[in-house]
Amino acid sequence: MIENLETANNPEKLRRVAIDPISRVEGHGKVTILLDEQNKVHQVRLHIVEFRGFEKFIQGRPYWEVPVMVQRLCGICPVSHHLAASKAMDIIVGARHLTPTAEKLRRLMHYGQILQSHALHFFHLSSPDLLFGFDSDVSQRNIVGVAAKYPEVAKKGVLLRKFGQEIIRHTAGKRVHGTGSVPGGVNKSLTVAERDALLKDIYQIVAWSREAVAMVKDLHNQNPGLYNSFGTFRANMMSIVGNEGGLDLYHGKLRGRDENGKLLFDGVDYQGYSDLIAEAVKPWSYMKFPYLKSLGEKQGWYRVGPLARVQNCDFIPTPLAEIERREFVDYCGGTPMHAPLGYHWTRMIEMLFAAEMIKDLLHDDDLLGSDLMVTGPRELEGVGVIEAPRGTLIHHYRVDEDDLVTMCNLIVSTTHNNQAMNEAVRHVAKRYLNGRELTEGLLNHIEVAVRAYDPCLSCATHALGKMPLEVELLDAEGMLLDRMTRGSDESTSGCRIT
Amino acid sequence: MDAPTKKLKVATTSLAGCFGCHMSFLDIDERLFALLDLVEFDRSPITDIKHCGPCDIGIVEGGLCNAENVHVLREFRANCRILIAIGACAVNGGLPAQRNSLSLPAILEEIYHAQHGLTHGSIPDDPELPLPLDKVHPLHEVVKVDYFIPGCPPSGDAIWKVLTDLLAGREPELGHGLIHYD
Repeated sequence: MIENLETANNPEKLRRVAIDPISRVEGHGKVTILLDEQNKVHQVRLHIVEFRGFEKFIQGRPYWEVPVMVQRLCGICPVSHHLAASKAMDIIVGARHLTPTAEKLRRLMHYGQILQSHALHFFHLSSPDLLFGFDSDVSQRNIVGVAAKYPEVAKKGVLLRKFGQEIIRHTAGKRVHGTGSVPGGVNKSLTVAERDALLKDIYQIVAWSREAVAMVKDLHNQNPGLYNSFGTFRANMMSIVGNEGGLDLYHGKLRGRDENGKLLFDGVDYQGYSDLIAEAVKPWSYMKFPYLKSLGEKQGWYRVGPLARVQNCDFIPTPLAEIERREFVDYCGGTPMHAPLGYHWTRMIEMLFAAEMIKDLLHDDDLLGSDLMVTGPRELEGVGVIEAPRGTLIHHYRVDEDDLVTMCNLIVSTTHNNQAMNEAVRHVAKRYLNGRELTEGLLNHIEVAVRAYDPCLSCATHALGKMPLEVELLDAEGMLLDRMTRGSDESTSGCRIT
Repeated sequence: MDAPTKKLKVATTSLAGCFGCHMSFLDIDERLFALLDLVEFDRSPITDIKHCGPCDIGIVEGGLCNAENVHVLREFRANCRILIAIGACAVNGGLPAQRNSLSLPAILEEIYHAQHGLTHGSIPDDPELPLPLDKVHPLHEVVKVDYFIPGCPPSGDAIWKVLTDLLAGREPELGHGLIHYD
């Protein structure tokens, strides 16, 4: 851990450079760098700068609203929140085992989401760095530049995402913020016409997903010096794995490994996640810092997401993705890969896995069934966990006998990666920025490291900060609309209107 | 012969929103390539341009929940000839405005002290973190907004209709099926 770069000894004497906002990521974040007169780096921090407070205002709402409300944390991965909340509420309504139709439709929705999110992240957001270079011309370094120089790559990216979004539309009702999953099951199955429309395209989607894996693999192999070392540091990893140890992004048990790949824990029922994980707070970010209790705050942080999942499972249960996983493991020579740019490779392996899962599911007539809901003995507390595109997503609720939510705790995927992303930007700053005149291209190196984790910074924002400041909000005519002061002397330690 | 037409400049940003409206924008799918023949992107989450320059159209997702949101919105208003509020949060505060009925100290206390699984609570207080507003506000309470596209989020088709209307010099109009509020 590069602890000495987290907090400088004498920040007031240093020059501040900010990357604000971090672009080509989802959500609101910035990186600040403190430098001395010789441009030596003394402090680097990734800040999450927004608050929304979902965990609080969800309280008092009826439980059946929750899967529809909480997905509005995130417009890129709403299905993950929709399903994690539904899984928690399944427990509340006593539906521990869904009907085959409901379970398979939810899985289809989820794999559609994995496909569209991974395609979006790779093609629309990250590919410009990898295809043009980290310090290439800023006017070209975006999806528009990719469309001009590599039109076929851009077109396939757009159509892969489109297919994933169509899966979501047919299972959830609309492409963003749908309503298909409900506590105890789903509210709609597929019609034959919908199923056939998706079947028509799926073979092409599987083929393009294979090409995407090949493309990332080539990039990695062409420049192993960069790809294996850029922002690299060793870390623990965590994910859920399926019952037999295979990759499963919808349901399973928690498994963790240390930096050498040795099992730390396995087969842990996620209903007891809070025995495993605790969270710490740092004053300079609204995003919390989770860690494994058994290892403590200093040693217990870990990575989640594709790089963790593909290395954490024993196998991938679809044939083409399993071949790719084996090739990846062989490339790493039997030890875990810790390189952030390895996320891109493993992310594309997962996209291929999602495409194959969708293909198999579309051939299953249970998707057309009419047995959608189950109920059972009512319970008061439930935890729902799913592997979202960016990593393990934990939803935990208590619901009282009047059906109202009384407690909500969310640990979102990106929050698990908080320490890891901070480590990555510090390593990159030390290696590439130290002592140099900072240019736009050099600063983009920092963003490349953040981007590899595909952070969803808006998911990760729950809370408020305090600063001794005063702000006036004026309307378009200059009239005072709102005025806040805040000071540490306030017993409330929050904002108040004066 | 017509002189070669200059591409219109478009800037987009997400304030207190979830990026769902930007996702819906991308849901125009392959029509994106046709759009790129007509427009050029300035500041947007899909480019690395960090500040909005002079633009023809500014599209803002999300409401205002902190001082930085207000700053960015004013930068957009000052630079964009046409400003569009897109989605429920920009139009009326949306789901984040659910917190408006609660006191901020209560939320702070809940999330940084009483929250399940927190080992040692403390409240983030670094000057790098923008000051949160006491209430979440929609855009039109702070700047003049030229067009509103409702929906959570509006569909890709609705966004496409508004943009193509504007690019063709027509007054944008959303007919039946394109206007919805969910």
